[in-house]
Amino acid sequence: MPYFFGCSYLDLIGYVLLFPLAGTVINGFLGKKLNKAIVGIVGCTAIGLSFIVSFFVFIDLLKLAPEHRVFEKDYFTWIGSGAFEAIAGLQVDPLSVIMILVVSGVGFLIHVYSVGYMHDDDGFYRYFTYLNLFTFSMLLLVLANNFLLMFIGWEGVGLCSYLLIGFWFEKKSASDAGMKAFIVNRVGDFGFILAIMLIFVTFNTIDFTDVFHAAPEHLQTGSFIATMITLLLFVGAVGKSAQIPLYTWLPDAMEGPTPVSALIHAATMVTAGVYMVVRCNVLYTLSPFSLTVVAVIGGATALFAATIGLAQNDIKRVLAYSTVSQIGYMFLACGVGAYITGIFHLVTHAFFKALLFLGSGSVIHGLGGEQDMRKMGGLKKYMPTTHTTFLIGTLAIAGIPPFAGFFSKDEILLDAFTKGSLLLWGLGAFAALLTAFYMFRLLFMTFYGKSNMTKHVEEHVHESPMSILIPLLVLALLSILGGFIGFPTASAINSFLAPVIGGGHHSMADGGNLHHVSNSLMFSMMGISTGIAIVGILLAYLMYIKQPDLPAKIVGKFKLIYKIIYNKYYVDEIYDATIVKPTVKTSFILWKIVDVKIIDGFVNAVARIVELKSEVLKLFQTGYVRNYALSILLGGVIIIVCSLVLL
Amino acid sequence: MLAGLLFIIMGLITIVCALCVVFQKNPIYSAIFLIQTMVSLAVLYVLLHAQFIAAIQVMVYAGAIMVLFVFVIMLLNLNKTDVEGDYDKLLFQKPSAIILGFILVVMIGVVTLNTVFQGTQGEYTPESISQIGNTQLVGKMLFTKYVFPFEIASILLFAAVLGAIILAKKQIIKDKEV
Amino acid sequence: MILLTWYLILSGVLFTIGAVGVLIRRNAIVIFMCIELMLNAVNLAFVTFARQLNSMDGQIFVFFIMTVAAAEAAVGLAIIIAIYRNKATVNVDNINLMKW
Repeated sequence: MPYFFGCSYLDLIGYVLLFPLAGTVINGFLGKKLNKAIVGIVGCTAIGLSFIVSFFVFIDLLKLAPEHRVFEKDYFTWIGSGAFEAIAGLQVDPLSVIMILVVSGVGFLIHVYSVGYMHDDDGFYRYFTYLNLFTFSMLLLVLANNFLLMFIGWEGVGLCSYLLIGFWFEKKSASDAGMKAFIVNRVGDFGFILAIMLIFVTFNTIDFTDVFHAAPEHLQTGSFIATMITLLLFVGAVGKSAQIPLYTWLPDAMEGPTPVSALIHAATMVTAGVYMVVRCNVLYTLSPFSLTVVAVIGGATALFAATIGLAQNDIKRVLAYSTVSQIGYMFLACGVGAYITGIFHLVTHAFFKALLFLGSGSVIHGLGGEQDMRKMGGLKKYMPTTHTTFLIGTLAIAGIPPFAGFFSKDEILLDAFTKGSLLLWGLGAFAALLTAFYMFRLLFMTFYGKSNMTKHVEEHVHESPMSILIPLLVLALLSILGGFIGFPTASAINSFLAPVIGGGHHSMADGGNLHHVSNSLMFSMMGISTGIAIVGILLAYLMYIKQPDLPAKIVGKFKLIYKIIYNKYYVDEIYDATIVKPTVKTSFILWKIVDVKIIDGFVNAVARIVELKSEVLKLFQTGYVRNYALSILLGGVIIIVCSLVLL
Repeated sequence: MLAGLLFIIMGLITIVCALCVVFQKNPIYSAIFLIQTMVSLAVLYVLLHAQFIAAIQVMVYAGAIMVLFVFVIMLLNLNKTDVEGDYDKLLFQKPSAIILGFILVVMIGVVTLNTVFQGTQGEYTPESISQIGNTQLVGKMLFTKYVFPFEIASILLFAAVLGAIILAKKQIIKDKEV
Repeated sequence: MILLTWYLILSGVLFTIGAVGVLIRRNAIVIFMCIELMLNAVNLAFVTFARQLNSMDGQIFVFFIMTVAAAEAAVGLAIIIAIYRNKATVNVDNINLMKW
């Protein structure tokens, strides 16, 4: 075993957190005075070092026997109060290692990308401070060994998300979007907090290991407590991972800089909910009802978001809805008990969605800030590298073999079919069709066909610099190869993650393993899903390359449906009418009547009483010193009289 | 018996003069009655076998301090109507002060008559004092047991001299500005 | 020792007269003289106690009180002169900045 300063690399797990935190501190306090090159180097180095440490930790963990691959390191007792104890400790197991590799790896690439993308921005150091802080919080979230510490990371990423969505806060839409994200997330966080409390009340501890050990003995399958805990946790996951009904913040979050959308709102943070569900798989397995809820919400979101994606014209919004949709897939997988498949899709999704977002960022960068796809087209010849990588990403998300998305999505559909129901499979399959369609629609509208760019933009369009292209190339490579870690018959990720799932419970056997499924079914499912993807692509080809006037005709025929989809089912408007407006109105009433009249009334009454009393007492304050001296004498006499009478 | 008689006479003189200090309209009369009060107090000190105190009562108080008062009165040239003539804005000040004064006197009387004063008896009986000499004893105490307060007192006097000079210096604030 | 009780009562009466004088007079100099009267009353009490307890300490205290009284008289009269310069009066009712 390689030793470093006399300890195994596992002991260095703290440094994974320390480097991003150091980067935050340095950039946050000194960034204003440092020049941009140094800020960029500090930011990237911090995450790069973190990734290197993560990698060595991963190697070290691999050397252990599969059933011993859990390493916990307690640092200090964070809160100790009676029976309640929260220890600041980190947990390294296959699940968290995969997460830290993805977070620090993709995070590093996006940091590098950001150096080029954000170069002209005045808030350069602020941006890197937030980004480092985000990485720190995300790593804390996945490394924490108890629920409360995880919640700190959970809130930390929420804060950074808010800060980065509203990064260009001079723009009203950006600061509004930041607030929306924060407030919607609070709904979810509320559920999460309640879940933590319920867990403590039930198990008397919030430590992962203890809770998951105690759960199968403590709670019966399908018991009310188990269902409550898991549903409340899922409320948190729904908020953070933008599922129905709390998904509305994610599309608006596209107001932030594009690398932020790639890192936070596609690759890492929004998948925290999936991670959390997988982490708590022991609890979820105890509650079949919750699992059904997870699966249905996931499947419904996958389809719902995909339909909205069909009609959007903003390149980043299409990707945002596809993110919502893909996370829906992950929850679908978790809901049918295929936790590993969920994580597998999380990983591949991190690769190709980061790639797609960074690619769209490259396009936006090249076009000087233009995001409307109707004003693009024919970019292939201007931006060849961006086009190639973007094509790879699109193929990956559409599910064409052998790209990354194919393996994971295919496995989800297979699991939905074998462990779930035909309905869930139908939801997923139809969403896959739509995904292929709208992603190729995006590709065709952006890179193919004739140019719709304005003269001014066309003159300036250019390929992006190397700091942007290199991350794209690396991510493209990962999007091609990433799927093979879960190659159906010899899935590395399956055997690696298997010890985490189920914790010795019966679900271990079917924790996403495919061995029960006959090969013929597996290959026919593969064929079907590939076929679905190809149909979607052909449809898009037909409508946007062959006969560009066809979409308009279809829209003309189904005007109402188009309008509803174009306006995202009016969900924002419904929320506005049913929740936001009544809240504002109630608050207005509370302000005008309860606060101004009643509460202020009380306060003013107190003040008035004091004032009136003072008017009387004022008479004693004559301002003549000898009058005050008289009071002294009076006091003295009273004291003497009292002492005589009383003693 | 002689001492008792002397006490009654001197006590009455003291009280009457003190009342005159308070109720005389003209400040210069008040000052003169105050001198008389202090001289009769000096007699009472002699009756209490405190000859040295009696002596400096006459010299310092009745002499130095009261001369200072008289000088200031003459310097400011105050006549009686100048201050007390006008109408008292505080209607109840005078009656309530007098009533309270009466109550206070009664209370002091009651307390004093009903209390048996006890305490550790010291070594300086009137006989031993007259043997050594009152002044010599005071001097001995001042330069042994009370030497530190004594030095402090000198600093206090010095500070008072400086303060008086600075305060009485001409035109701290120019008259025109007021 | 009944006689000494009467010394104390005399001291109390003198003190009260001084106190009442402070309260009812408006001439700053007279008020000042009344304060001297109160100090003298206290001196008398000190000497009486010294006599009663066969101690010299009371007389030493009187000595110090006289020192302080001298200092106080010097400074106080200086203040009165300063006030008179500014206000052309020694009426304490005109020195009423305590209430605006």
